[in-house]
Amino acid sequence: MLGTMTPLETTTTPRKYNGTSSIYLPTVATITNAYTETAMEKVFTVRLPGGENLNHNPGQFVMVSIPGVGEAPISVMSSPSRTGETFDLCIRKAGDLTGVLHDLVPGDQIGIRGPFGRGFPLEVFKGKDILVAPGGLGMAPARSLIDEILDNRDQYGRLIVLYGARNPAEILFRDTLREWRGRDDIDLLVTVDHPDESWVGHIGVITRLFPRVQINPFNTVGITIGPPIMYRFVIIEMLGKGLNPTQIWMSFERRMKCGVGKCGHCQVNHRYSCQDGPAWTYAEALAFEEAL
Amino acid sequence: MTLYILPKEQLPVFVDKLKADFRVVGPVKTETGFAFDDIKQAEQLKLDYPTTILPPKKYFLPQREVLFNYHTSINEKGARQIDTEPVFQDVQPTIIFGVHTCDMTGISLYDKVFLEGFKDEHYLARREQILIIGIECLKPCDDASFCKDMGTLTAPPVYDLHMTEVESRYLIDTGSEKGEELLQKYGEVKLATTDDIRDLSRTLSAKWPRFRHRLKMSRDQLPSLLTINYGAITWDHLGERCLACGSCTNVCPTCFCFDVQDELDINMQDGQRTRLWDSCQLHEFALVAGGHNFRESKASRIRHRFMRKGKYIHQVHDILGCTGCGRCERACLVNITIPGTLNALHDEMQLDANPAAG
Ligand SMILES: Cc1cc2nc3c(=O)[nH]c(=O)nc-3n(C[C@H](O)[C@H](O)[C@H](O)COP(=O)(O)OP(=O)(O)OC[C@H]3O[C@@H](n4cnc5c(N)ncnc54)[C@H](O)[C@@H]3O)c2cc1C
Ligand code: SF4
Ligand code: SF4
Repeated sequence: MLGTMTPLETTTTPRKYNGTSSIYLPTVATITNAYTETAMEKVFTVRLPGGENLNHNPGQFVMVSIPGVGEAPISVMSSPSRTGETFDLCIRKAGDLTGVLHDLVPGDQIGIRGPFGRGFPLEVFKGKDILVAPGGLGMAPARSLIDEILDNRDQYGRLIVLYGARNPAEILFRDTLREWRGRDDIDLLVTVDHPDESWVGHIGVITRLFPRVQINPFNTVGITIGPPIMYRFVIIEMLGKGLNPTQIWMSFERRMKCGVGKCGHCQVNHRYSCQDGPAWTYAEALAFEEAL
Repeated sequence: MTLYILPKEQLPVFVDKLKADFRVVGPVKTETGFAFDDIKQAEQLKLDYPTTILPPKKYFLPQREVLFNYHTSINEKGARQIDTEPVFQDVQPTIIFGVHTCDMTGISLYDKVFLEGFKDEHYLARREQILIIGIECLKPCDDASFCKDMGTLTAPPVYDLHMTEVESRYLIDTGSEKGEELLQKYGEVKLATTDDIRDLSRTLSAKWPRFRHRLKMSRDQLPSLLTINYGAITWDHLGERCLACGSCTNVCPTCFCFDVQDELDINMQDGQRTRLWDSCQLHEFALVAGGHNFRESKASRIRHRFMRKGKYIHQVHDILGCTGCGRCERACLVNITIPGTLNALHDEMQLDANPAAG
């Protein structure tokens, strides 16, 4: 037994250990495409070595890093149905890391760990009407779910998307929204808090859209992704539509440093949002004193 | 598993022999108290120490630890390139001498946190090379400890060897095969006789009355006490006093939360990704982009710390997150204490607790 211990080494300086890898070591991936979406958001297409499939679920995230700058959790924007050799991330410039990421161009390498966490359970959603209510940047992870449903359209019931942005300039994926509006198998309503002269759509916070849709509460799941201030009110609307807390899914934003349930930052009560979340049912969230 | 005896005067010989093949660390006297440090001379090892300022957690989770080295560069096409190489720091055969039973409880929690779910290879690499030699506490460290309340007065099964001082000898229990082998190879030991074992039981039963209870409730009641008291006014009172300095979490043998930071060398190309001890008592701990802070007030942060100690960690790992070592009480400049707080919650709710239960 003692023989399996490596011989005495007096130095305490870092060294390699038996060629083992580390859960904290990112895979080096390459950006293959990058484009500006709005003044604050850019979309990046990322390729893992050998074009390996990310194998994620809608709602899961990856840890994106630039050595020397840092690492942050970013939701996967592309749906599993559209993920082959590459996947997409939509990144808002919010600080140090995301600021440097915005300067990257195709050919540049970044670090990727993951996918991590519990995404949305597609097997539960199948056969049901889906009401998705993203706010702001929440549209990026919502895209993963919506595109997945559109690509497997016959497996789901109605698809209703209620999207709120602060102002017209912050609306994400305008071309895609236009395309969705042209389809008869998706009901899309978009609103902005602060319109400008060009805006002819709905005005007001996202909750104002709810009276405009009819749903069958017995066969619908509601999904909301956005900042806490927004999902609190959206949940009230969903409850008002007759959904019960187990039919409502949400995604928590929490600070995360490890992504693997160790560092403590994303803790909500006794659970780790990076492991048991970031997707939670409202029923689960209600059981947490801390969550809402 | 098996009980052996080592005459006290044989201890330095045992230590010296171990030092030939292992890094040996243990409690030594310093200017400010006792601390775990490398044992350079066998006589430095003080097994009858009261407590150390820091627990032995630094050997399991260094305060600053390199996770990997990186090299960034620009290739001939002008694209950013990344090279990485994992680093496993402080991995060497190490014997930690003289670990108190409360601190062993902390180590058993770390083992669960870092080895269950995703395996933390950095922790594992070090852990595999560490042997723990515990020491039975025969009297309380000082007035700040409340190990009896927390049920940490007996050793949890993480030790390789566990020593109890009985008159002129140590009785040593082996907790693992490695421990057994260590004794056979390096120690001048004999199997304990029935007389030795009788003396040991006498020593152990004599120790209990020396420890006192400080909690007005039993530890089994802590999860429910904290659940009921989530909205207690006590948290606001503590929030007004707390300095949010993080000393309490730094010295705690069960705190393990960390931050991850990149350090960049002066050439702006090479560096290390490191993890560093972090504290949920600091303002930035739960802050996210857009400025939203999930625990903005000091009251909510100190409550979180207590919730973890007495409830959350227990829910996940089936061990309470406090060992009763008393270090946070000794470290806190404004005298915020675990027993004082739990008793205040108890009084606030006038919970029907049985103060005599332990
Ligand atoms: C599950 C999850 C999914 C996410 N998905 C996306 C996404 O798809 N696109 C996107 O643009 N952003 C996403 N974010 C938010 C993104 O992680 C933060 O914007 C990012 O961490 C900011 O890092 P930075 O280094 O640029 O900013 P920093 O310079 O670190 O800080 C800027 C601000 O962000 C705060 N912050 C630091 N770390 C985090 C963190 N991990 N999460 C939130 N705030 C933090 C800081 O306290 C500060 O207020 C997601 C976050 C989570 C938890
Ligand atoms: S909370 Fe305080 S008394 Fe409890 S284990 Fe941590 S430092 Fe010791
Ligand atoms: S040591 Fe005391 S003052 Fe400092 S954060 Fe802990 S409780 Fe607050």
